[in-house]
Amino acid sequence: MARLRQCAIYGKGGIGKSTTTQNLVSALAELGNKVMIVGCDPKADSTRLILHAKAQTTIMSLAAEAGSVEDLELEDVLKVGYGGIKCVESGGPEPGVGCAGRGVITAINFLEEEGAYDDELDFVFYDVLGDVVCGGFAMPIRENKAQEIYIVVSGEMMAMYAANNIAKGIVKYANSGSVRLAGLICNSRNTAREDELISALAAKIGTTMIHFIPRDNVVQRAEIRRMTVIEYDPTAKQADEYRQLAMKIRDNTNFIIPAPITMDELEELMMEFGILEQEDESVVGKTAAAEAVA
Amino acid sequence: MAALTREETEALIQEVLEIYPEQAKKDRAKHLAVNDQSLEKSNKCITSNRKSLPGVMTIRGCAYAGSKGVVWGPIKDMIHISHGPVGCGQYSRAGRRNYYVGTTGVNTFGTMNFTSDFTEKDIVFGGDKKLAKIITEIEGLFPLHKGISIQSECPIGLIGDDIEAVAKKGNKEIGKPVVPVRCEGFRGVSQSLGHHIANDAIRDWVLGNRDGDDSFPTTPYDVAVIGDYNIGGDAWASRTLLEEMGLRVVAQWSGDGTLAEIENTPKVKLNLIHCYRSMNYIARHMEEKYKIPWIEYNFFGPTKIAESLRRIASHFDDVIKEGAERVIKKYEAEYEAVIAKYKPRLEGKRVMLYIGGLRPRHVIGAYEDLGMEVVGTGYEFGHNDDYDRTIKEMGNATLLYDDVTGYEFEEFVKRVQPDLIGSGIKEKYIFQKMGVPFRQMHSWDYSGPYHGYDGFAIFARDMDMTINNPCWKQVKAPWKKDASSEAVKVAA
Repeated sequence: MARLRQCAIYGKGGIGKSTTTQNLVSALAELGNKVMIVGCDPKADSTRLILHAKAQTTIMSLAAEAGSVEDLELEDVLKVGYGGIKCVESGGPEPGVGCAGRGVITAINFLEEEGAYDDELDFVFYDVLGDVVCGGFAMPIRENKAQEIYIVVSGEMMAMYAANNIAKGIVKYANSGSVRLAGLICNSRNTAREDELISALAAKIGTTMIHFIPRDNVVQRAEIRRMTVIEYDPTAKQADEYRQLAMKIRDNTNFIIPAPITMDELEELMMEFGILEQEDESVVGKTAAAEAVA
Repeated sequence: MAALTREETEALIQEVLEIYPEQAKKDRAKHLAVNDQSLEKSNKCITSNRKSLPGVMTIRGCAYAGSKGVVWGPIKDMIHISHGPVGCGQYSRAGRRNYYVGTTGVNTFGTMNFTSDFTEKDIVFGGDKKLAKIITEIEGLFPLHKGISIQSECPIGLIGDDIEAVAKKGNKEIGKPVVPVRCEGFRGVSQSLGHHIANDAIRDWVLGNRDGDDSFPTTPYDVAVIGDYNIGGDAWASRTLLEEMGLRVVAQWSGDGTLAEIENTPKVKLNLIHCYRSMNYIARHMEEKYKIPWIEYNFFGPTKIAESLRRIASHFDDVIKEGAERVIKKYEAEYEAVIAKYKPRLEGKRVMLYIGGLRPRHVIGAYEDLGMEVVGTGYEFGHNDDYDRTIKEMGNATLLYDDVTGYEFEEFVKRVQPDLIGSGIKEKYIFQKMGVPFRQMHSWDYSGPYHGYDGFAIFARDMDMTINNPCWKQVKAPWKKDASSEAVKVAA
């Protein structure tokens, strides 16, 4: 067996991390790989397309029921879905209470102690909540966990800000451990020159845009059926896009310590591509009334 | 050993600082000073209430210790929930020997530990529901409790639990005060902020409970004892004197105190503050809101007791003034006998102190009454207003050390060679192993009371039996005794 590759998927909230991850993982499974998904988001929507479920019962909710996480067995929390993909959700609290980050830490520790990372596996994918708001959400990229980070991004301004910020977070852990940035996945929003823009951003950070996933309604049609495109319509053009992404990731060897760019550089890049207009310093802090007088 | 001169003490401080790296040296230098009685303000010589340096051994506690351990814990008819994982509550349980009268587990709860015993799932999903359930269960299991306080441990502040909302709901449900206290241990630099937070919680959730209710009959002689935690019975030994001089003690804050006493305190004529550091905040608040004046007093040793009784009496009419004189007179023979017995055995003995926020200055007079001299003192968590009050109490050229580190304290002791050290449990065995007599001045070494005339007799006895204990002559191994001491022995 080849060495287990652990990958984490980060990116701005709502960018399509979970959908992309599940389609990608299905394509990898189709290629004959043994894969596990670890959902690191209290919403617990990282495995629904694989399991055809609304939301998988999570480690933390089961632990709360049983009393403590030590009372759980691996088979209580690990479900197998399409293509033999193993699925786990860390789970966590409702918004506004408790500590979701601690839930991720507890869940991943549990998986390790219970031997979920067995020798049969080729890939583990961590699907992580949008913003790395605290140490808990950085758990998947700490020592001996994910070594490869993929950032899902689109040509929208805030998605690119987020990607650059995530790159900053990776630097911190990369310098002290083996975690590396492995590439940007562009999940298209049909903005102008999106592929060029993301390629340019990737080059500036020191990585590549590993694949450009075009927008296609079949993804939504599959999702309504709680399925991945790979399973719902294997012949669809979009399924091939995910297969290409899967192959590129399988064969990827371009793992780097990112060089995140400054805010000014990022804004310059966006201006170059017409996403951001040239800043007019004279209007900063001026109210409408003041402008009317002038 | 002769007292150090100012120059020698300054040199000693410089020598001790030498070991530190540059930045630490600069920081610690501000916390060490040679006392100068001519100074009016301590900020001319010493810095306090600052973050301790990483790497030194500080003796400080945390905000939770200040609130639960000091201010709230002794209120005996309330149940204090240590909200968070089990350790904070369990290891602070009954920790300060705050004596009280009552039936534990029925109408008083001082030595019990109530905790929400947080586990991972409470951290991840939040502890508010569990807390609400605990309040309901307490009401069912301990119906005679008078109220509940929620003492926050660190995680509560981190996970953003809304304990105020739970407290309000709990208050409606059980019809008794439920007080949320945000005393998470990571707040502030020592237990001192915990005192302040605890005072503020009393101000916001308790003190106004009986505003506009005149059913409590008052007298012109009503006072409250504030900042006496009744360690080993201190507050009882103090209360006796106040009552004998004709005052009525309406409340004890908080040793052997009750919630009702605290609620009635806004009706008193004068607040008497013993531990200024931990409760000056509430005294200032009552002065502002209820126009109740407050004074500090000191019930350690006959000199300070007499001074304090007279100062307290000066706020009242001649009945009380005569009462104060009568009390002093009454105990005169008693305390003179104590001094006559112990002073010859203790005269000239030199003491170094390192205690919390009040005693580093308050016990000086008691030692002096026994002919002893305090040659070094310092506060764990004092502020500069404490040092302001210390300068005049200490002799010139004596050592002041703020938030002293383990290293500094040991070095000072080696050089100054005091006959007695008064500090806490963490210091006790280090200095005893160095062969220096030691008394715990937080817990009175399981003795007490030390307040009042009764306390003075016990204080004197304890100091004598510690300093003059024959064991100190045995601490040096026979094969390590040098020739000169042998010679002395032979000559003797």
